[in-house]
Amino acid sequence: MATRPTEIPVPTRAVPRTSFWFALQSKWAPYLFVSPFLILFFTFGAYPIVKSLVLAFYVTNGPKSAVFVGLENFRFLLADDDFHKAVWNTAVFAFWSVFLQLPLSLGLALLLNSVWVKGREILRLTFFSPNLLGQVFVGVLFSVLFIPQYGLVNRFLHFLAKVPLDTKWLSNPDLVMPALVLTSLWMYVGFNMIYFLAALQAVDKDLYEAATVDGANAWHQFWAVTLPGIKPVAVFVLVMSTIGSFQLFELPWIMLNNSAGPDQAGLTIVMYLYQTGFVTGDLGYASTVGWTLALGVLMISLFQMRVTGAWKGGD
Amino acid sequence: MRLLRRILWLFVNLFLIAFAVLTLTPMVWLIAATLKSPDDLFSYTFFAPRLSLYNFRDLFTTVPFHRYMINSIFVASTMVIVQLFFSSLAGFALAKYDFKGKKPIMILMLSTMMLPSQVLMAPLYELIYRMGLVDSYAGLIIPGAVSVFGIFLFRQSILQVPDELLHAARIDGCSEFRIYWDIVMPISRPMIGAFCLIAFMGSWNSFLWPQIILHKTERFTLPIALNQLVGLYQQQYGTLMAGTFLSVLPVIILFMLLQKEFIAGLTAGAVKG
Repeated sequence: MATRPTEIPVPTRAVPRTSFWFALQSKWAPYLFVSPFLILFFTFGAYPIVKSLVLAFYVTNGPKSAVFVGLENFRFLLADDDFHKAVWNTAVFAFWSVFLQLPLSLGLALLLNSVWVKGREILRLTFFSPNLLGQVFVGVLFSVLFIPQYGLVNRFLHFLAKVPLDTKWLSNPDLVMPALVLTSLWMYVGFNMIYFLAALQAVDKDLYEAATVDGANAWHQFWAVTLPGIKPVAVFVLVMSTIGSFQLFELPWIMLNNSAGPDQAGLTIVMYLYQTGFVTGDLGYASTVGWTLALGVLMISLFQMRVTGAWKGGD
Repeated sequence: MRLLRRILWLFVNLFLIAFAVLTLTPMVWLIAATLKSPDDLFSYTFFAPRLSLYNFRDLFTTVPFHRYMINSIFVASTMVIVQLFFSSLAGFALAKYDFKGKKPIMILMLSTMMLPSQVLMAPLYELIYRMGLVDSYAGLIIPGAVSVFGIFLFRQSILQVPDELLHAARIDGCSEFRIYWDIVMPISRPMIGAFCLIAFMGSWNSFLWPQIILHKTERFTLPIALNQLVGLYQQQYGTLMAGTFLSVLPVIILFMLLQKEFIAGLTAGAVKG
């Protein structure tokens, strides 16, 4: 008799449990799962949003007393030189961060993505590594790197370009902004590069082959294949880094020793919000500043998405 | 042509190496500075011939620095666990269920992501004050217990889990929570790694909110403690650098353990759109 494997009995299919409890839990599970988010969102998100809209029309002294002043806060804001200074500084910082950082990030990503590079992984990690350090810690480190005479930055620049050793980066109003831009460049170039690199690696390789067959050189390929391929990510990085730049606070606050710096050269919008709200204690005016920031950032983001064609109204 | 390629290869690699050296220099300097005695600090640009632990000793004897480290580790770990649980749970619900109100919730989440968090700072402080949570870790942790970014991240990765798997489990009598706990979460391991690091860094490095909420020195987390040290130690750069070094070390160690998952997670949402 031919030996046949003994047939393994097919286990009887488990009958779906139809108990009352089981039906109940499968019906309500999704609601239960999102409820922690919803509860926290309505308490610590939606309520403060509405409340800050209301607060923007009050003058307050700490969390206890509030006086309704109507549009007075907004009128004050329009004439407030400190606020203008803060907006100007923040905009200048955002401009340089975006127009120095992003091309450099893209350039690094392109080089890293090229066939010529040895040790891509280790270079990628190296470029990214400053981003692990929080702004506060970077601020403390760079406040020492920027000191006159002994600071590493001055020594390096003196060696390289005979920049005077006693250059006072953080106490000269004209040099505060360059120091901040340099520091944030160090922190974020590698971070943005990660995004560009991921996007470059996702571009369809066949397109390059097709372009080569059509006789396109590297330069043409960059414009016709690479750039359109990474566009969604590029817009994402552009918008995110602009939003991030407009929220600048810790870096100047720490580097300038908990102040706005000489001649308020390092005053940013969020720093001004912090000072008015939590040093002076006017939570109302701080809300006005906050909403102005939010609306400004929203408008800039929409403008960027519109110009780059990533957003065509509607969706 | 081959020569040209060689030269280009050399140029590209030299440039990248130079850039890498430039990137690492401040960190190397930081490590060197922590190991120099005050007299040597500015006599040598980088490492001094004789290494000294003076700065670390000074740091721990003059301020309760170990206390700040424990505080930071406690706050960041709690934050990570709470955020991980709530965000993945909500992400799972939004990825795998159709239910009423799903669309409004998604829109709600997207719009909060656009809003700079500082806008809410003033009223949030007022709320926390009225709840009596000022100067407590609860006031620090509860408002940030769910990460909208985390929900998106988990939704994105859980979408890839095959529905058949969940159906099979359901037929076997698995409750919805057990599906989440025993099937979805183990599959999402890489995303969990990435999210843990992102959340840990977010909490570890956060400054403004702890600065507003925490008043008593003994409750300080590292960023605010270090900021206070800057005022105390105007000229003692060595001690300051030792504090900075110890503050960034845990994140760097965690990153080394999780770096593969981390970079994948960071770019997942952006590239897949």
